[in-house]
Amino acid sequence: MPLLEAKSVVKRFGGLVAINKLDFSIDEGAIVSIIGPNGAGKTTFFNCISGFYQIDEGEINFAGHSTKGRSPDQIAHLGISRTYQNIRLFSAMTAIENIMVGMEPRLRSSWVGAVLRLPGTVHEEEEALQEARQLLKFVGLGGKGDILARNLPYGDQRRLEIARALASKPRLLLLDEPTAGMNPRETAETTQFIKMLRDELGITILLIEHDMRVVMGISEDITVLDYGQKIAQGPPAKIQNDPRVIEAYLGRGAAASATIQVAL
Amino acid sequence: MAQFDVRETMRLGLLAGVVAVTVSMVGMVESFNQRDVITRYLTLGQLLLFTAPVVAGFLTVKRAGDRSWRALPNGALAGLFAALPIFALLLLTLAVPTIRQQLVNVSPTLIRILTFDNGQLVGGLLMMAAMGGLGLLGAVVYVVPDRISDPISLAVGWTLLVGLLSEVLLNVLRPLLSREVVRFLFGTRGIQWQTAVIIFLILAIAVFLWRNGGRTYYQRIPRQVLHWLALALAILIVWIPRDFSWLPPSINPLWIKIGLTLIPLILEALLFFSTRSATQPALVKSITDNQLGRARLASRYLIVLLILPAILGVYLTEVVDNIGLFILMGLGLNIVVGFAGLLDLGYVAFFAIGAYVTGILTSTGPLGVAGLSFWVALPIAVAASTVSGLILGIPVLRMRGDYLAIVTLGFGEIIRVLAVSDLLKPYIGGAQGVLQIPKPVLFGFTILQPQHFYYIILAGVFLALFIAGRLRDARLGRQWMAMREDEDVAEAMGIHLVNTKLLAFGIGAAFSGLAGSIFAARLGSIFPHSFALLISINVLSLIIVGGMGSLPGVVVGALVLVGLPELLREFAEYRLLLYGALLIAMMVRRPEGLWPSPVRRRELHAEDDLAMQEPA
Repeated sequence: MPLLEAKSVVKRFGGLVAINKLDFSIDEGAIVSIIGPNGAGKTTFFNCISGFYQIDEGEINFAGHSTKGRSPDQIAHLGISRTYQNIRLFSAMTAIENIMVGMEPRLRSSWVGAVLRLPGTVHEEEEALQEARQLLKFVGLGGKGDILARNLPYGDQRRLEIARALASKPRLLLLDEPTAGMNPRETAETTQFIKMLRDELGITILLIEHDMRVVMGISEDITVLDYGQKIAQGPPAKIQNDPRVIEAYLGRGAAASATIQVAL
Repeated sequence: MAQFDVRETMRLGLLAGVVAVTVSMVGMVESFNQRDVITRYLTLGQLLLFTAPVVAGFLTVKRAGDRSWRALPNGALAGLFAALPIFALLLLTLAVPTIRQQLVNVSPTLIRILTFDNGQLVGGLLMMAAMGGLGLLGAVVYVVPDRISDPISLAVGWTLLVGLLSEVLLNVLRPLLSREVVRFLFGTRGIQWQTAVIIFLILAIAVFLWRNGGRTYYQRIPRQVLHWLALALAILIVWIPRDFSWLPPSINPLWIKIGLTLIPLILEALLFFSTRSATQPALVKSITDNQLGRARLASRYLIVLLILPAILGVYLTEVVDNIGLFILMGLGLNIVVGFAGLLDLGYVAFFAIGAYVTGILTSTGPLGVAGLSFWVALPIAVAASTVSGLILGIPVLRMRGDYLAIVTLGFGEIIRVLAVSDLLKPYIGGAQGVLQIPKPVLFGFTILQPQHFYYIILAGVFLALFIAGRLRDARLGRQWMAMREDEDVAEAMGIHLVNTKLLAFGIGAAFSGLAGSIFAARLGSIFPHSFALLISINVLSLIIVGGMGSLPGVVVGALVLVGLPELLREFAEYRLLLYGALLIAMMVRRPEGLWPSPVRRRELHAEDDLAMQEPA
């Protein structure tokens, strides 16, 4: 049984059909990409999975639970966490505090315990802090934990956002353009990093990405969206040569002659 | 050499002049003229008026960045420009003698102040000369080396401040000093010029020495010595003769003095022996440096806080009580606005609910329903405020920013209108309010005087500080701040927005209810007009001025926005004008507030601790 399964999902904004009868599934431990031209509905689909949008038709099931009617925080508790296309850190909080917020689904202590400094609360906070520190080192931000998120350089902010998403120990991680705005070296590092997340932590990863080197390099399965519809799905080699994909990206004329690999 | 731009000089000068004319025309100068800063030589009104050209002169040369003597005429020029609007105003009064019908505040008294009693033409020219001179002075401050100008300007500033607060000082010092000394130091209003000179000289010399090597000597003094000096000072303050007539007759002031002296000494002894008996030297060192030092400092402050009502006397304690209630409310609103980022403009509602619940439950008058004691009514009032906070919270859960502000504003007004309404008049008295609220009784002693309430308020403030501080550093605090930064992302991180928001509203309202409850008992009667929108705005302003989300900021904000206007009663009339000016100035110059909350060091600080433990 797949970890996440979407069945004929429809999302409309007024008259615009942003996602049209989309079927999608991802197996536990896989790295899967969603690609498509701008406005194809990729981020909208992410927002549907993470509960920002309620879908109009169809259903999305995660690990045996329907996400229908669940709010984003409930979905986070199910084990899905995500990053954002344009970085959305808690900018006036320090890096380490950002990560500790990410741990929310796993924390239990109440505010009464915090006021009275009950042993359980103190213990949980200490452990959370300890773990946040490790996570900070894990993403290569060791020593930068006390810097306000907004004062970190761009690349570090991207890493911090991933660290924050990892803090909840998710089963599924949604990465929305993780390498956007990075130079080739940073992109290569990030690609390796994403691979490592799956290989070492066993996290299932679904990513939206425009950089074809990243997409083709790490995905085991690629879904191509255009105008809210799935136009192709399969392993990288198949997608690269799919004429409908090339057409969606480059137009009809180009599709006749070029292959996507050369063009991109 | 920097080039002077005459247009810039003119701009700054005229700006200063417009400020000076504005404060004159709204009546500030005239009403402030009632108060002497330095008896017979300088009034507050003149001070207000003459600050403008000094600042203009200073800024003009500072903008040009020229520190040579050639820059001076420019400062004088700026001062002259600053006088122009005033001169124009004077000419206007000559040309149109009936101008007062339009400009009510342009009174003959004001004109006398502006012309030094010399008639418009001569006086106007005198004013120009004076302002030119002051502009020059401003320029001189910038031109002379900091080594000299810093001590002098600091000393001038503090001398003027002492002059402004002379009434307060007089109140505090009168029981200490003989009548002759008091008469020598203080005039009928303000300080005598001799006092001004003495204070100025002492401060100028002290600052000069501090700046020129004194600081390095200070840093060489061991921290221990400073601790003991502070302790000695605190104990000295305790033993100075004071008015203790407000103490319950069963308590001998001597016991209090002995107690306040012994407590820190015992604490010292305990600390001494506990550090001796500890086994891990490295760990002990870290305690000694940080927590120990802080505990000692806190104990010194605590002694002074505990003895404060005896030092201040009835009137000033009353002022401090007021500040304390605003600190309480500020701490509550700080949770809602500062931590959780929910802009609440109807915060006074919870204050009112706390006050009315206490009033009705304890009143011995016709409206009283239960005749409970204050101590029973207090938790009920706090609970009622909390519940009403939650009730307000539910409908506004989905609202953000401006919409939230508008709805909460409405809520505050609804509560106030309900309080004056005929509908509820049989229960809460309408505009006549609730009367005959008895004073709290503690162990058979009636809490009556401002000095008594001081301790209740102090306890309340400490409790609120404690709770707010712990929540801020805990999980809930992080949830609030995450929600403030980005509500959507916070929700996607697994934060339950409904609970988190309701907790902010509820806890914030509880603090305000506590303040309201104490307020009701202190006044003995409550009226709807005490719960106007202005209170909400005051509390919000003090948070902004102090620093959003900062606990010490709330205290500083309350001292500045509530304390200063109470001490300088002339300001009270222009309170809103000053709030506006201050808020704008803060937004432009220091948007983070007077005492912003520090960034918490969690990663590295904790690693230091680990490093300390490893060798052991």
